[in-house]
Amino acid sequence: MPTTNTDQLVNASLKLRRKKERRFKMLGILAIALALCFLVTLMVSILSKGIPGFFQYYITLSVDLDRERLDPIGDLSDQSLFDGQANKIVQEAIFLKTGATSRNEKKAVRKLLSNGSDTRLISFVKSNPKLLDSTQKLKFALDDDADSYFRGFVKKQTPEKQRRLSDLQIEYLDTMNKSGLISYQISDYLFFGSASRNAEMAGIKGAAIGSLLTLTVCFLISFPIGVATAVYLEEFAPKNKFTELIEININNLAAVPSVVFGILGLAMFINLFGLPRSIPLVGGMVLALMTLPTIIISSRAAIKAVPPSIRIGALGVGASKVQATMHHVVPLAIPGMLTGTIIGMAQALGETAPLLMIGMVAFIVDVPGSVMDPGTVLPVQIFMWADFAERMFIQKTSSAIIILLLFLILMNGGAIWLRKKLERRW
Amino acid sequence: MFLLITAATLLFGVIFYFLGVNKIKRICSQDDIRPNSLFGYHGAYPAILAVAPALVLLSIWLVCDDLIFNSMLEARFPDDLEVKGRQTILILLAQIRNISDGIIVGQPDEWILILSQQLSAWRANSEVANAIGAVGLSVFCGFIGISRINLNFRARKAVETLFLTGLIICSLIAIITTIGIVFSVIFESIRFFKLISPLEFLTGTVWNPEFEGAERAGSGQQGMSAYGSIPLFAGTFLISIIALSVSVPVGLFSAIYLSEYASKKARATIKPLLEILAGVPTVVYGFFAALTVAPFFRETGGLLGLNVASESALAAGFVMGIMIIPFISSLSDDVISAVPQSLRDAALGLGSTKSEAIKKVVLPAALPGIVASIILAVSRAVGETMIVVMAAGLAANLSVNPLDAVTTVTAQIVTILVGDQEFESAKTLSAFALALTLICITLVLNFFALKIVKKYREQYE
Repeated sequence: MPTTNTDQLVNASLKLRRKKERRFKMLGILAIALALCFLVTLMVSILSKGIPGFFQYYITLSVDLDRERLDPIGDLSDQSLFDGQANKIVQEAIFLKTGATSRNEKKAVRKLLSNGSDTRLISFVKSNPKLLDSTQKLKFALDDDADSYFRGFVKKQTPEKQRRLSDLQIEYLDTMNKSGLISYQISDYLFFGSASRNAEMAGIKGAAIGSLLTLTVCFLISFPIGVATAVYLEEFAPKNKFTELIEININNLAAVPSVVFGILGLAMFINLFGLPRSIPLVGGMVLALMTLPTIIISSRAAIKAVPPSIRIGALGVGASKVQATMHHVVPLAIPGMLTGTIIGMAQALGETAPLLMIGMVAFIVDVPGSVMDPGTVLPVQIFMWADFAERMFIQKTSSAIIILLLFLILMNGGAIWLRKKLERRW
Repeated sequence: MFLLITAATLLFGVIFYFLGVNKIKRICSQDDIRPNSLFGYHGAYPAILAVAPALVLLSIWLVCDDLIFNSMLEARFPDDLEVKGRQTILILLAQIRNISDGIIVGQPDEWILILSQQLSAWRANSEVANAIGAVGLSVFCGFIGISRINLNFRARKAVETLFLTGLIICSLIAIITTIGIVFSVIFESIRFFKLISPLEFLTGTVWNPEFEGAERAGSGQQGMSAYGSIPLFAGTFLISIIALSVSVPVGLFSAIYLSEYASKKARATIKPLLEILAGVPTVVYGFFAALTVAPFFRETGGLLGLNVASESALAAGFVMGIMIIPFISSLSDDVISAVPQSLRDAALGLGSTKSEAIKKVVLPAALPGIVASIILAVSRAVGETMIVVMAAGLAANLSVNPLDAVTTVTAQIVTILVGDQEFESAKTLSAFALALTLICITLVLNFFALKIVKKYREQYE
C-alpha cells in the first residue's frame, strides 16, 4: 500500500503522541500516589507519636498503709482521708527506696513523683479498706519530666542548667531503674483521668463523656427533625415557593462554615436565652443545627430510593397517603436514613470550632454528670492539649487523636455495614 | 422538676389514649356499628392534643423564664447604681443568680442579697405555675379531644392533619435557623458599624483590635485599635490559594485517572481511601500542621537559606490543601463519569489517543462541573477554622509571602469570641462583622457553584 502524505505525518507524530499519552497517565498515578502518601504520612505521624502515649512509666513502692495516719477520723470519709497524711506516706516510701536523707536529696526525689500520687493512694484505700494496717506494693506514676527522661527526650549529655532534671535526679532514676522499680505499662490515667495541667495525670474521661452527652443531645434533636423534614419534602410538600424556600435554606445551611453555627449558639442560646456556657446541651443543639442538612439530604435520598410501586400498592388497597408513607415507605427507608445520620453524627463528633465559641473550651476537672453540667468534648480537649508545651502532652494529644479516630472509624464502619446489611435492591 | 412534668404529660397522653378508645368502643357497642376510623385513631387524637401543646408550653417556659426574670431584676436595681455599660449589668445578674443557686463569693451588697432572695421566690412560684399550667393545658386539651369523639368524627383525618402540621413545623426549623444566623450576626454588625465606619472596615489595611482603653503591653501608651479587615482577607486569600494549588492538581488528576484509566477494582479501593481524608477531623489536621508540617517546612527552608516563620501560611495552606483533595476528586470524578460515553467513542473513533480524547473532549464537556467543585472547595477553604487557628498564627500581616505568618477571618473570629467578652466593645462586635462578610462570601460562592452545576446538568439530560 502506498503511503500517502497524511500517513507519513501521522506515523511521524505517533511516537510523540504515545509519549504524551504515557506522561498523562503517569500524572494521574502520581496524583493518586501523592494523595495516598499524604494520608499515610498523616496516619504514621499520629500513630508514631500517639502509641507511646498509651503507656507511661510507673514506680513500684512499698507503702505502709497506717490506719491512724491515713484515716485520722476513722470513717473512711473523703474529709477524713483528705485530712490524712497520704502525701507524706508516699513520699516516705520513695525516700526509703532511694535512701534520700538530706533536705536537698528529699526535694529532688519528691519531684520525681507525680503530683497525683496522694489521690491515687486515697482512692486505693477507699476501694480496699481491708488492706489498711498492712504494707502493700503499689504503683505510682512518675512525674512527666522523669517520664520524658526514660523516653529519651531528656538527655544526660545536655548541660544540667538546660534540662528540667538535675544530675542528682537522673542518678536516682538510673538506680531505681536498675533495681527494677520502674515499669512501663498501659497508662490508666489516659483513660480514667480527667483534665489536668499535669501531663502524667491528664486523661480523656471527662471529654469522652462530654462528647457522649453532646452527641446524645445532637441525635435526639437532629434525627427526628431531619427525618420529619425529609418525609415532608419528599412525600407531602406541594411544589410551590414555600417548599422552594425551605430547600434553598437547607442548601445554604450545608454551605455555611461551622464557625458561624458557633456564633449562632453564642448569640441565641447563651446571650438571648440565658443558657449557661460550656454545657453539652447547648453544644448538642448547635451541632444538631449543623448536622441537620446532612441528615435531611441523605434521608431524602433514602426515601427517593423506595420504588413508587410500594406507595401505589399501599394506596391501592385503601391506605391513606399518611398511612402509605408511615407504614410502608418510611420503614423501608430507615436503613438509609440511619446511615446518613451516623455519618452526620461522626461529623459532629469531630467538630471543634463551634464548640469553642460556646465556651466548651473551659478548663473543667469534674466529669459532667448531665447535659446541664459544664464539660468539654474530645476534639476540644485535643485542641487544648495541643497548646500545652510539655513534651508528654504531645503524646497524650496524639493518643487522644487515635481514640477519636477509632470512634470515627467505628461509626463510619458501622454506617457502611448497616448499608450493606440492610440495603435492598429493587 | 422539668422531667417530672414531662413524664406526667406523657402519662396523661397514655390515659387519654385509652379514654378515647373506650369512648368510641362504648358508642359503637350501643349502636352496633363501626366507626369512621380505626379505634386507635380515636385514642391517638386526644393523646396528641394532651401531650403536644403542654410540651411546647413547657419548653417555651424553660427558655423564657430567665429572660423575664432578668428584666424584672433589672427594673429593681437601685437607682444610684453606677452602671458602666451592659457588661456590668450582666455580671450583677449572674451574681444574683449564683447567690440564689447557693454560690456566695465574698461579701455581696445588701441589695444584691435581697434581690437574690426575691429571685429564689420567683423561681419557686414560676415552677409551681409552670407545673400547673402544663398539667392544666394537658388535661384541658385532652378533654377537648375526647369531647369531639363521636360516631361521625373523622378521627384518622384529624390525626393526619395534626401529623402533617408537625412535619411542616419540623421543616420550618431550617428556615428558622437561617433567620437565627442572619439576625444574630446582623444586629451586632450594625452596632459595630456604628462605632467603625464600613468603609474603614472594608478598606483599612491595619487590623489591631484592642479593648477600649486597654494599655499596650509594656509601652504605657493607650493602644490604638484599628479595624481594617484587608489583612485578614488577604491572609484568607493567600491560604486558600496555597490550599488550592495543592488540591486542584492532585484532586483533578486523581479524578481523571480514577474515572478514565483505573480498573473497577482499583477505583473501588482508592476512592474510599481518598475520602478518609475528608473524614479526618479538622483539629487533627491542625495538630498535624502545627507539629509535623510546620517544623518540616521550617527546617527545609532553613537548609535552603530561607527564613520560614514557625507559624507559616505555607504549612496551614498545604495541610488545608490535603484536606480538600477529596472534595475536588470526588465531585470531579462524578462529573467526568457523567460525560456521555458517545463523546469519548467519537473522539477515539477519529483516531485520537485516550489522553487526547480526555483533554480535548471529555474535560471541556465536564468543565462547568469541575469549576463548580473547585468553587465549593474554595468556600470550604475560606470557612475552615481549626487548621488556621492552630497553624497559621494570629499576626495580622499584610503579606503575600507564603513563608510569613498570616491570619484569617475565621481565626480572628475564634480568638475574639473565645473566653470572656465585653459586648460593648468594638473588638467583640468586630467578630460579628467578620462573620457577616464570611457568610456572604461562602453563600455567594455556593450560589454560583450550584448555578453552574444546574446549568451543566441540563446539557445532557
